[in-house]
Amino acid sequence: MVDQAGALADRVWKRYDRRERLIRYAVMLVTLTVVVWAVRDIDIFWPWVWDAPNQISSLGARMWPPDPTRLAEIVNAMIETVHIATLSTMLTIFIALPVAYIAAQNTTPNRACLWLGRFILVSSRSVNTIIWALLFVAIFGPGVLAGILAIMCRSVGFIGKLMGEAIEEIDRRPVEAMQATGASKLQVIAYAVVPQVMPAFFAIVILRWDINIRESTVLGLVGAGGIGVILQGSIDTFAWTTVATILIAIVVLVLIGEAITSLLRRKVI
Amino acid sequence: MTRPEAGAPATPRTWRKPPFIASPLLRYGLLAVLVVYLVWAFGSLPFNWARISEGLPRAGRIFGGGFPPSFERLDLLLTGFKESLQIAVLSTLLGVLLSIPFAVMAARNVAPLPVYLLGRAVIILSRSFHPVIVAILFVAAVGFGPLAGILTLTLYSIGFVGKLLAEEIEEIDWGQVEAMKATGAGYFAILVYAVFPQILPRQVGLSMYQLDSNLRASAVVGIVGAGGIGGTLMNAFGRYDYAFAFAILLVIIAVILVSEGVSGWVRKKIW
Repeated sequence: MVDQAGALADRVWKRYDRRERLIRYAVMLVTLTVVVWAVRDIDIFWPWVWDAPNQISSLGARMWPPDPTRLAEIVNAMIETVHIATLSTMLTIFIALPVAYIAAQNTTPNRACLWLGRFILVSSRSVNTIIWALLFVAIFGPGVLAGILAIMCRSVGFIGKLMGEAIEEIDRRPVEAMQATGASKLQVIAYAVVPQVMPAFFAIVILRWDINIRESTVLGLVGAGGIGVILQGSIDTFAWTTVATILIAIVVLVLIGEAITSLLRRKVI
Repeated sequence: MTRPEAGAPATPRTWRKPPFIASPLLRYGLLAVLVVYLVWAFGSLPFNWARISEGLPRAGRIFGGGFPPSFERLDLLLTGFKESLQIAVLSTLLGVLLSIPFAVMAARNVAPLPVYLLGRAVIILSRSFHPVIVAILFVAAVGFGPLAGILTLTLYSIGFVGKLLAEEIEEIDWGQVEAMKATGAGYFAILVYAVFPQILPRQVGLSMYQLDSNLRASAVVGIVGAGGIGGTLMNAFGRYDYAFAFAILLVIIAVILVSEGVSGWVRKKIW
């Protein structure tokens, strides 16, 4: 009896066994090492860090009150920003759908097309919009065209990848039924594939449009059109009160965009 | 079963695909709206066709100069990447730690209404600005260099992780909270013992995702002067050194693919 009670007292509940504990300590040690290395090695002038709150609040003070004198110009630039986002989303669809078609395992014509499709998707997604914009500004000069192309290049990867996944998840049976009636390849796509991916298509395009509105607000910083051009100009001339107006306008635009997308989602999907 | 009436003419009927939008008024209305919008948008956008027509020869020159990519100044490239990595690590750590209090503030079931509204406002604000815009403001406030990048991506992480974590807190199993309350535990004891254990796995997964996401973003905030590889890339473009610029781009793509793979693997292990 006594022995049993002693044995029970010795048994301590532990959440992890020995191996799990070792792994956890190792992960923590590695994380700690990386963080310590990053803090010690990074090229930061530490007195500036302690001064940062002062600097940030001083910048905030210089921004107040927002200056509405250039509001008309800002609204025009905002409309341009929305145009860039909308047009590039629309144009992207025409490129992304064929790419999605050849990058989906069940519809791709052959292996070469599959890998070509995947290559296009990966390279499009790995390069950020603003880097695409940098490239297109170098090619086509500053302006909205560079912005539209930059957003298209980034969106093809996004829409194409998600659409490809949607195509891979379709029900095979309608496709087989269509093929059994002797339908051509185009007819199979139109009557068996398209109806099944339609809801996913609208959801993805609406989501990307929302993202593109945010992205197109920064294109102007590298000269690719939209509100960013005025923002950069105001920052360069230290017109902080105008900068504040632009920032408020961007928040309003993003909120409107979110309201529209949630409305569209409820109506369409 | 309904049978066709006897008097109905026996014309051969062909099946037509039902239109996507049932009401013809809405169907053609939307089409008209689309056409009007396209005309308006293309009409009002300032395209500089003279400059654009120079584009193709220029593209030829840029890609001609860019291939083969040159890795001659490898040390510069490595320094840039090291800085990007440091920015990503530090901002993820700060952002993930700071996102916890904001997530608690922005969860309706554990925060009182005024605190909830404040928390939501912070998260909405930090989510509505693109990191590059935040970066350009921080560069103006605290000067060029990685500090601006770290501040930017910390804010970005607070917005993203905070939002998802707040949603996670709102969906926790309430039984454990009530059990803690029944023992007479205080507010913070309830948070630590009943709420946090339930969201911890999700938080670790989110941190890994955010590390990957911050590494991507750290490559671009440098373009406006916030440190990291983006600045190196911008300089290479500015000096028309396209061979080096393409080398940087290739390395960025490679690093992003590796980081995406690692982050995905870790998240799969944890979840």
